[in-house]
Amino acid sequence: MEKGLGNVRIGEKPAGIEGAGFFATSLEKVVGLARKNSIWPLPFATSCCGIEFMATMGAHYDLARFGSERLSFSPRQADLLMVMGTIAKKMGPVLRQVYEQMAEPRWVLSVGACASSGGIFDTYSVLQGIDRIIPVDVYVPGCPPRPEQIIDGIIKIQALVESESLRRRDSDEYKAMLNTYGIE
Amino acid sequence: MEVAQQDKILSVIGEKYGDQVLHAGMLFDFFTVTLKKDKIVDIIRALYDHPDMKFQYLTSLCGIHYPELEQIAVAYQLHNLYTNTRLRLKIYLPVASPTVPTLTSVFASANWMERETYDFYGVIFEGHPNLKRILNVDEMIIFPMRKEYPLEDQIRQDKNDTMFGR
Repeated sequence: MEKGLGNVRIGEKPAGIEGAGFFATSLEKVVGLARKNSIWPLPFATSCCGIEFMATMGAHYDLARFGSERLSFSPRQADLLMVMGTIAKKMGPVLRQVYEQMAEPRWVLSVGACASSGGIFDTYSVLQGIDRIIPVDVYVPGCPPRPEQIIDGIIKIQALVESESLRRRDSDEYKAMLNTYGIE
Repeated sequence: MEVAQQDKILSVIGEKYGDQVLHAGMLFDFFTVTLKKDKIVDIIRALYDHPDMKFQYLTSLCGIHYPELEQIAVAYQLHNLYTNTRLRLKIYLPVASPTVPTLTSVFASANWMERETYDFYGVIFEGHPNLKRILNVDEMIIFPMRKEYPLEDQIRQDKNDTMFGR
């Protein structure tokens, strides 16, 4: 810990070669480090999981500690789509449009039983899991999950963000995966 | 509701539409008049205009499916806000062709309620200005509150017999 910063922790620098006045490492690791600690989430909150998210953003749990203090309410500027709550079938196209408007690289966190599987709403009007219309990176179980669980999901997203290859989004596998959802 | 009040309502309906009344009485603590479907809009209009009745507020309009009768009922709940009197009118339609004239000529608020009743029960309100689905997705091909359709989403995979059963 640096002197004078109090309890503020600075992200670990990646492995590299260091000398007087220079530090050499791979670009991928630096980009991963920067992205990991500056995720802009877009909260797509439709019900009680959204309330837990508000607690997560509040002073007590404080998601800002993980570099996500800046919520983005425009999908075009967001990195992470956090889907929290029951998604009715009528909401499905809206959610899909929000996802399509996000710029690459983008990640999706499905918070709670409803977003992940439909939850208790096994009924004609509710989408039985958002992964039927958009790809999901991390699922957070719970009905609703506690803020600690949401933070755990964010940390898992951070691990994905940090380790992701810069070329992954250009790969044929990634495009094929999106095509299975009908997304260009 | 007091019997005198009930008789008064029935006498007002009976002035012109006595032959339309099939049944009248307290049903679940609520005065309910079951009517033939033909003159329902005229009767509601008469109850709206009559100086002693003034049922000028439509609390709700909804459908009920009776699969054993092969009928769909439409229930109208009216409210007199001057005397705080409530009245339920009920008509029965055959499931095969559930059509009834629209009430939007009397109550503008019937517009969305009739759309909802169409959405969930398939009741056709003739003369409705915009009879299309209101709550469910437009692609839906069933009327989900009819009891022949299962409540559950049939594509759900995690509820097979090895897990919890249905």
